[in-house]
Amino acid sequence: MEYKDKTLFLEGDVTKFTTTDLLAEFSRIKISEIEFIDLQKVKSIDSAGVAFIDELKLKLKDFSPQLINVSENINASIETFSAEKMPEPKPAGKANIFVMLGASLYNWLDNFKDAMYLSADIVYWSFIGIFDRKGQRKGSVIQQSILIGVDALGIIGLLSLVLGLILALQSAAQLRQFGANIFVADLIAISMVREMGPMMTAIIVAGRSGSAIASEIATMKVTEEIDALKMMAINPIRYIVVPKFHAITICMPLLVTMATILGILGGLIVGITYLDLSVVSFYTQVINVLTLKDVLIGLSKSVFFAWVIVIIGSFYGFKVTGGAEGVGKATTLSVVASIFAVIILDALFSLVFLI
Amino acid sequence: MREPIIKVENLVAKYDDKVILDGVNVEFFPQEVTVILGGSGCGKTTLIKNILRLFEPAGGTVTIFGKETTKMDEDEFNKILEKIGMLFQNGALLNSVSIFDNVSIPLEQHTNLPAEIIAKIIEVKLNLVNLGHAIRLFPSELSGGMKKRAALARAIALDPPLLFCDEPSAGLDPLTSASLDELLLKLKKQLKMTIIIVTHELASIHRIADKIIFLDKGRVLFQGTLQEAKVSGVPEVTTFFEVGKFE
Repeated sequence: MEYKDKTLFLEGDVTKFTTTDLLAEFSRIKISEIEFIDLQKVKSIDSAGVAFIDELKLKLKDFSPQLINVSENINASIETFSAEKMPEPKPAGKANIFVMLGASLYNWLDNFKDAMYLSADIVYWSFIGIFDRKGQRKGSVIQQSILIGVDALGIIGLLSLVLGLILALQSAAQLRQFGANIFVADLIAISMVREMGPMMTAIIVAGRSGSAIASEIATMKVTEEIDALKMMAINPIRYIVVPKFHAITICMPLLVTMATILGILGGLIVGITYLDLSVVSFYTQVINVLTLKDVLIGLSKSVFFAWVIVIIGSFYGFKVTGGAEGVGKATTLSVVASIFAVIILDALFSLVFLI
Repeated sequence: MREPIIKVENLVAKYDDKVILDGVNVEFFPQEVTVILGGSGCGKTTLIKNILRLFEPAGGTVTIFGKETTKMDEDEFNKILEKIGMLFQNGALLNSVSIFDNVSIPLEQHTNLPAEIIAKIIEVKLNLVNLGHAIRLFPSELSGGMKKRAALARAIALDPPLLFCDEPSAGLDPLTSASLDELLLKLKKQLKMTIIIVTHELASIHRIADKIIFLDKGRVLFQGTLQEAKVSGVPEVTTFFEVGKFE
C-alpha cells in the first residue's frame, strides 16, 4: 500500500489473509487529502478484501475517494460483495423500559394461562385415562414406570443412604454432648419421612425424569412428531403425557418409601458405629416416634411433587420453539422450574401441616 | 358440476403480525392430484397446515368433505382427520418406536381390527413402499428416503380418501422420487384417493399433477392444469416452468 499524489495505491492480494495487515498499514499512513483508490496492481480480491475497501471508503468519507483502474474481475467481485449497494437494515425499535416490562408481563401471563390450561388438560385426560385406555400406546405405562421408577432406584437409593449418614453424623456430634444419643433416631426418622425423603427424591426425579420429559416432548415438537399425532386424530397429551403421569404417580411414593427406609438405615449405621446404639433400641425409637400422619404427609407430598414435575416438564416441552437450541433451553428451564416448584410446594406443605 | 373435496375461501394466515396467506381461494377436486407450488416462503406449507388446522387460520373458511371445519370442535374435526393422511416433509416418524409400531398407531387407535389383521395391513403397506425388510427397524436406522417412505406407509395405513404430502421428493434421488410418484399414482387409481402435494420438483410435477396451484407472496397467482399454466401468461408461472426446464 502506498499513498502518493492524493491517491492510495493497493497492490497484490487483497484477501482475508492480508486484510488485517493492510488495515494496520493504513492506520500508519498519514493522509491529508485523497481523491482516488487505485486498484491497478491488485491481483486478487475476496469478500474480506471488498469489505476492507468499503471500510476504507467509510474512513475516508470526508474526501469521497473514487476507485480507479479497476479490472473487470476485481470489479465483478466488488459488485458481488460490496455492502454499499445493500438495502439499509431496518433500525431496531428503541427499547422502552415500560414497553419491555409490559411485554414481559404479557408474556408471563400468557405462559401462566397456557400452563393452567395444560395442567387442566393433563389432569382431566389422566383421570379419563384410568378408565379408558384409548389414545394411549399399549404397555406405555409400564415402559414409563421402568424409565421413571426402576431406572432411578440406584441413584435415589445411594443418595438417600448417604443423606441419612450425613444427617445422623451432623446431629450425632451435638446430641452426644448431652447424652441424648438415642434421639438421633427421632431426628432421622421424622426428617426423612416428612421432609428429606420426599424432597430429595423429587429433586432427583425432576433432574432425571423431568428433564427427560421436557426434552422428549420438545424434540417431538421440533421434528413435527406432535403434528403427526394430531394429524392421526390422536391427542398428544393422551398419547405422550398421560402414561408418564400415571407412571410417576405410581412410582414416586414407592421411590420415596425406599429413599426414606435407606435414609433411616444410614442413620442406623451412624447410630451403631458412632453412638453405641443397638439395632433394637434404634428401631424401637423410630417406631415409637413415627405416626401414621407423618407417613401419609410424606407420601401425599410425593404425589403432588410428581404431578408438578410432569406438568412442568410437559409445559416446557410443548412450549418449545426453534431447533436443537430450543430443546436444550426447554430442558434446562424445566429442571430449574421443577426444582423451584418442588421446594416452594414443600414449604407450603410444611406450613399447612404445621398449623 | 363436481363438488370440491376441499374448498378454501378467503383464507388468511399470520405468524405474529406477518401475513403469510392473504385471502387465498382454492378448490381441490376428488381423485385428482393437485400440486401446490411457488417460490420458497410463498406460503405453500402454511396453506396445508391451515387447512388441517395445525395452525389456526386468522380468517376465512375451509370446507372439507362438505363440512366447514374452521370452527369445528376438536372431536368433530378428529373424525375428519381420520379420513386424511399426511406425509410430513421430514417424515415425522415417532423416533421412540419401531417402523411397525409407527404404522400401527392409526390402525390401533381408530379401528377395532384384531392384532393379526393389523400386522398384515402393516406388512402390506410397508411392502407397497418397498420397506418390507425394515419392518422391525427404528427410524434412526433408516436413511432419509426410507423414513419418508415409512411415513407414507403410515399416512396410507387407513386408506384415507385424502392424502397430503409436504415435499415428498425433497432430498430423494431421481429414481426413488420417480418410484414414489408412481406409488402415489397407483394409490390415486386403486384407492380413488385425492392427493394434495407441495413440491418444487418439476419432473415430479410433470409426472403426477392433474392440477396445479401457484402461490406467490401469500396469494394464488394461478390454478388450473399444467398445460394451462404453461400458456397462462402469468409471468411468475411461466418463468417458473421455463427456468426449471434447464435445472
